[in-house]
Amino acid sequence: MANFVLNGQAVTIDADPNMPLLWAVREKLGLTGTKFGCGIAQCGACTMHLDGDPIRSCSTPVSMAEGREVTTIEGVSGEAGNGDGLASAIQAAWISEQVPQCGYCQSGQIMSATALLRDNPSPSDDDIDAAMRGNICRCGTYTRIRRAIKVASGQAQPREEEA
Amino acid sequence: MNDMSPDKKERSKLAKWSRRGFIGAGVLAGGGLLIGIGVRPGNPVGALSPKVAGAGENLVNSWVKIGADNIVTAIVPHCEMGQGAHSVLAQMLADELDADWDKVRVQQAPTDGSYVVTDTARMFVAPFTMNAADWIEPTWNGLFTQIARMADAMITGGSSSIRTTGQHSMRIAGAAARGMLVGAAAQSWDVPASEITTENSTLIHKASGKSAPYAEFASAAAHQPMDQTPRLKTPDQYRLMGKSKARTDIPAKINGTAEFGIDAVPEGLDLSYAAVVRPPVPGTTVVSMNAEQAKTMSGVLQILNMGNFVALVADSYWQAQQAINTIQIEWSRSESPILTMDDQYAAFAAALDEAGETGGDEAAKKGDAQGALASAATTIDAEYRVPFLAHAPMEPINCTAYVKDGKCDIWASTQVPLMARSGVAETLGISANDVTVHHPYIGGGFGRRLGADEMSMAARVAAATGYPVKMIWSREEDTQKALYRCADLARMRAGLDESGKLVAFDHAFTQRHDPAEACVPAMYDIANTSVRVAPAELHLPFQAWRSVDHSQQGFFIESFIDEAAHAAGADPLEYRMEMLKGSARHVAVLQKLAEISDWNVETAEGHAKGVAMVESFGTIVGEVIEVDMTSGKPRLVNAWAVCDAGYVMNPDGFKNQIEGGIVFGLTAAMYGELELEDGAIKQSNFHDYRMLRMDETPNIEVALINSGDVPVGGAGEPGLPPAAPAFTNAIFAATGKRLRMLPVAKQFA
Repeated sequence: MANFVLNGQAVTIDADPNMPLLWAVREKLGLTGTKFGCGIAQCGACTMHLDGDPIRSCSTPVSMAEGREVTTIEGVSGEAGNGDGLASAIQAAWISEQVPQCGYCQSGQIMSATALLRDNPSPSDDDIDAAMRGNICRCGTYTRIRRAIKVASGQAQPREEEA
Repeated sequence: MNDMSPDKKERSKLAKWSRRGFIGAGVLAGGGLLIGIGVRPGNPVGALSPKVAGAGENLVNSWVKIGADNIVTAIVPHCEMGQGAHSVLAQMLADELDADWDKVRVQQAPTDGSYVVTDTARMFVAPFTMNAADWIEPTWNGLFTQIARMADAMITGGSSSIRTTGQHSMRIAGAAARGMLVGAAAQSWDVPASEITTENSTLIHKASGKSAPYAEFASAAAHQPMDQTPRLKTPDQYRLMGKSKARTDIPAKINGTAEFGIDAVPEGLDLSYAAVVRPPVPGTTVVSMNAEQAKTMSGVLQILNMGNFVALVADSYWQAQQAINTIQIEWSRSESPILTMDDQYAAFAAALDEAGETGGDEAAKKGDAQGALASAATTIDAEYRVPFLAHAPMEPINCTAYVKDGKCDIWASTQVPLMARSGVAETLGISANDVTVHHPYIGGGFGRRLGADEMSMAARVAAATGYPVKMIWSREEDTQKALYRCADLARMRAGLDESGKLVAFDHAFTQRHDPAEACVPAMYDIANTSVRVAPAELHLPFQAWRSVDHSQQGFFIESFIDEAAHAAGADPLEYRMEMLKGSARHVAVLQKLAEISDWNVETAEGHAKGVAMVESFGTIVGEVIEVDMTSGKPRLVNAWAVCDAGYVMNPDGFKNQIEGGIVFGLTAAMYGELELEDGAIKQSNFHDYRMLRMDETPNIEVALINSGDVPVGGAGEPGLPPAAPAFTNAIFAATGKRLRMLPVAKQFA
């Protein structure tokens, strides 16, 4: 049995303590917004927050989450969001900059960006590189992710849709 | 319509050319811009409605329905894998329909023969029909719809969605639907149709002051005669086309709600999970296996020897993967003599040796290249090589299958849903009508998902176990045991006259797939050209990989042109410009490129710029890459691209695709390489099959030219081919070191 808080709600699951958090959340708890990409903490598609810190959930055993707070993309989005408005600002910037292509890596990108901006409200390019280099985007949307982080942090103006 | 039952062989032949057509649809019919095709003969809305329309929704024709709330839904036959086709195809239909964009929605067309993409098949097999007169158009349209159905042509690839289905189906469907709505209103209001105008999903008759939302006449419109060749808007009349409208699929992709194939949780089914192990060397099969340990592991349900793969089904994917990793499998011996990349390159070299300086299959010939080489003032020759590459889409290969009572349901991220349906039906020995393929968003395709084998694998496992099974490949399986961009070796010779002008060009290589013209430097004015293919066996199975042959040919040709420019002592951009004087479009691209990249401005110390230009999939793309060599290793600083696609339907979406193509191309150039060890691939995951990351990606600026009056070009692939040569040409400019093989990084290790 594993007990932790998922997106603000206490959960108990029957899982092997070595099962990665990613699979526990996707298969046992039914939240599929967090993605499987590599299984070895190389791509960042599975990024969640554990007590607020970004982790690679494909390589974090569910036992590590015991008694702690786990936040997923579903948890920072919409009404279930953490209420600080940060994730909404980031998601708004992701829309204004039209960041995603296939979108598969973007949950992880947004979870990394959320942790970055919470700790560093006005990141430099080097700060962005350091925080985001663990997240691969095979579609190659990196320049837009960078711009969106700057828009979300008030360092750049959002793109205006051509009327 | 669907009463034709071609035999299997015929169907497979059709499927082959159709797929080739999609992947390689680089040759567009010249001449006229738009011909009205694409609305289905007979307007079969009665039969289609139950498949695509819900309560209160009226299907006006195959491609558009209107709800009681006046929501217009475009039914899109292509899949969405990040290229933005769903959104832009809806934009095109909505513009011709005069729909209110805020009330337009997109619906993925079901996997059904009614939604084949007729127009791409037609463009490939019979481009001469593309400019047909209106009177014969319905005949051609009917014929090619039948052919496309026989070929299961529901495909997304070849950078073709916008320029085929968009231009030749969605626009026509929108314009035709508009005409039908107008017709219905005219009848009801008893006024001439010519007096009715439309805007924002509203019908207006100014003289009588009457107006009505489309919804009011949607039902009646479906019974109006449908014009198969309606008059389309000219660019000055566009309201949505040509505008950077925000993509409709993005909101769901940033909050975790977008559903990809791997996320499928079929209602009412208690899923089991399968991990698989495929042969490490292509073509081998299971001789024996020891699964004693796996059998004892928790959650394990079944272990299956499927002959050409092993599957293990468990309660969770993680348990399945952990358990299957413990199985020892003995595979049969491969007959391939190729065990290492040295062997593979030696096989290429042997084929080229045999072809010599004049042999091989002729791919293109102009003038007398051999004679011109013999009399040239200067000759240069070089040998280039490229490695095998994996597609590595972020969403690992997966498929969910359930077989029950002779029927099968499939959930998969696929670029070819109808072919998957036929493949699964054939595998299970059931009728295609008993197979339902659900295909949600694709987490990256790049050509990897043009095959249907994975769906058949999952169906076999589901049939063998009786469980609804979600099969997921590990990243390692997809890196090592999939389908690949081919490796190749090219031998090139050039002859320059006394002024340095390129007068002879001879190019020989071993791999030619699609598009056929990728190996020919046709845009350049070179008097004597010979392009030859000396086919050689590939150890790894081939699969179209973003931009297909252009991915290696762009590197070969544009690197060698750069060598010629330097041999002539000319500026590489000016040198290309000289050879393009016959084409104003190409020249304009290079001029704009020189301007935005500050080509003629001195770079910072240790920096240098390289240029390359490739025309592919109907779009001309020139790129300049700036590298910084101050640390002794190349760092990508800036990338500039100028593209002429004739007319761009969604500029920001197009730029996003070009940016992605550049990063994809630079990733391959910098790191992409699969090596062989005892015939098996060595690289396994992102730690050793590396991708460019945020901190390694250059700034990218893309500029667009709408030169108009030519067929619209593609977006998904054309950004890629110039990236690698522009990069290595920049390294040459900085260091004098000519890189004739890829990848780059290991040559500066």
